[in-house]
Amino acid sequence: MLDVRGSAIAVSYIIAAVLFIFGLKQLSSPSTARAGNRLAAIGMAIALAATLLDRQIVSFWTIAIGTLIGAVMGIYFGRTVQMTAMPQMVALFNGMGGATAALVSVAEFLRLTRFGERIGVGEGTSIVLGTAIGAISFTGSIVAFGKLQEILPGRPLQFPLQRLVNALILLALLVLGVMVVTEGGSTMLWLLFAAALVLGAMFVLPIGGGDMPVVISILNSLTGLAAALTGFVLHNQMLVVAGVLVGASGTLLTLLMSTAMNRSVANVLFGAFGATSNDAGSAVSAVGHTVRQTTAEDTAIALAYARSVVIVPGYGLAVAEAQHTVRELATDLENRGVSVKYAIHPVAGRMPGHMNVLLAEANVPYDQLLEMDQVNGQFPQTDVVLVVGANDVVNPAARDDPSSPIYGMPILDVDRARNIIVLKRSMGHGFAGIDNALFYHEKTRMLFGDARQSLTQIGQALKAA
Amino acid sequence: MSQELVLGIYVFIMAIFVGFEVISRVPSVLHTPLMSGTNAIHGIVVLGAFLVAGSADSPLLHALGFIAVVFGAANVFGGFVVTDRMLEMFKKREGGAVQGEKKDA
Repeated sequence: MLDVRGSAIAVSYIIAAVLFIFGLKQLSSPSTARAGNRLAAIGMAIALAATLLDRQIVSFWTIAIGTLIGAVMGIYFGRTVQMTAMPQMVALFNGMGGATAALVSVAEFLRLTRFGERIGVGEGTSIVLGTAIGAISFTGSIVAFGKLQEILPGRPLQFPLQRLVNALILLALLVLGVMVVTEGGSTMLWLLFAAALVLGAMFVLPIGGGDMPVVISILNSLTGLAAALTGFVLHNQMLVVAGVLVGASGTLLTLLMSTAMNRSVANVLFGAFGATSNDAGSAVSAVGHTVRQTTAEDTAIALAYARSVVIVPGYGLAVAEAQHTVRELATDLENRGVSVKYAIHPVAGRMPGHMNVLLAEANVPYDQLLEMDQVNGQFPQTDVVLVVGANDVVNPAARDDPSSPIYGMPILDVDRARNIIVLKRSMGHGFAGIDNALFYHEKTRMLFGDARQSLTQIGQALKAA
Repeated sequence: MSQELVLGIYVFIMAIFVGFEVISRVPSVLHTPLMSGTNAIHGIVVLGAFLVAGSADSPLLHALGFIAVVFGAANVFGGFVVTDRMLEMFKKREGGAVQGEKKDA
């Protein structure tokens, strides 16, 4: 039977598990989401406090100092990170969770076998899987972070025989794993740890930056799974419950995200999306297509005398932190009697919902935000579409060109509007790394430059107009 | 198989169903905050790091435990803070008008 301490821990874990479940439930509805996150945080506090009662814990110094450092780091970066950099921040925190799971698995193996004991098959398997999955999630997340932070190039990085090399590493992982379970030996486990670290990086490098949201979601559920596996190693049901909750809900979320992009998860992972079409794209643009440039003043006049304007924000808006500027321009236009709406593609920016978060930060009213299905029927009646740093989500090739790598992805049909003005830094490719026929369309005018500067200039010209 | 392992597998499978069921319908607006929120929850693994660090009896285990606690705590605290900041954006605003920002002419 459990003693008093054991009972207190068990009851606290049950309460924490219930809070996690309610928290997740509330997180999936806009009105309760914030309360849900807090509920989950309370559950976490209860679970962690209860764990400190465990008799296995004899020294608190390492825990206290480690938690303090980790908490200060987490809170500092969490609070100071720009809204636009949120996706990579999630990737980074996820990687840390993965590393924790791997380190806990390795450490527990070392503790259990320090006097040369053999470990059971169940524990051994959990240790091997926890180490491998945690390590893959760690380096995978770091590479995803690097790509989004633009430390690493966003385009798919490929080299010859990549799949063969990855398959060989995976095979090595399997062999090492079986050896650890059947024979033990910490050297084998360290080798397995190292191989998994390499595999995590190799697995994410060939995936294009545009697919990072799906990748982060996958890595997120993998970390949940790794956490659950450490629960088997430590005989701790709290870890199993919370880890699997994240693993399962993360898997579902991954499927929802790839559905929004009309891609299969396998296609995201192994398609090396956008790698092949780079050269073809630039060749097409060199042949016969002309780009029509415009000025801020002409844009201001086109907007001022339009009846309806639809703004299509994309990643360029996020990079330039132009969400406030675009909202000011929209307010000025509305004061002139122009109807202004925003068309939000589900995967505009670098994460689903990214644009909603940014525009909400700039206090754009909800009723001006239209989702793809609502707005697509309205484009033929729209006088001017202002595309601010969006590219792939308005590429008509996704609808019309079966040979395009993004064919089938649902897009915003901005090419059906009467006039299109595209604000863009340069003629560079979007995240998918492919050419966009919209920019050569006869109805399209291009205004090159940083999104915020261009919008500010348009705003000034509008006041003069 | 030990009784405990069987129980663990039970819990594992039930939790899969709960995890799937609980977020079955989520609007795309909330995909990013939900990912971030679940990201914070798997920071629970720091609990394992507590157990390792608190029972460490060799320098190597101390070091591994310490690093694990730091990373895990960063995952937990950072995860919840970032999620809260994202969701702050969704709160209802009074009046709808915008104040408090510099308007440069």
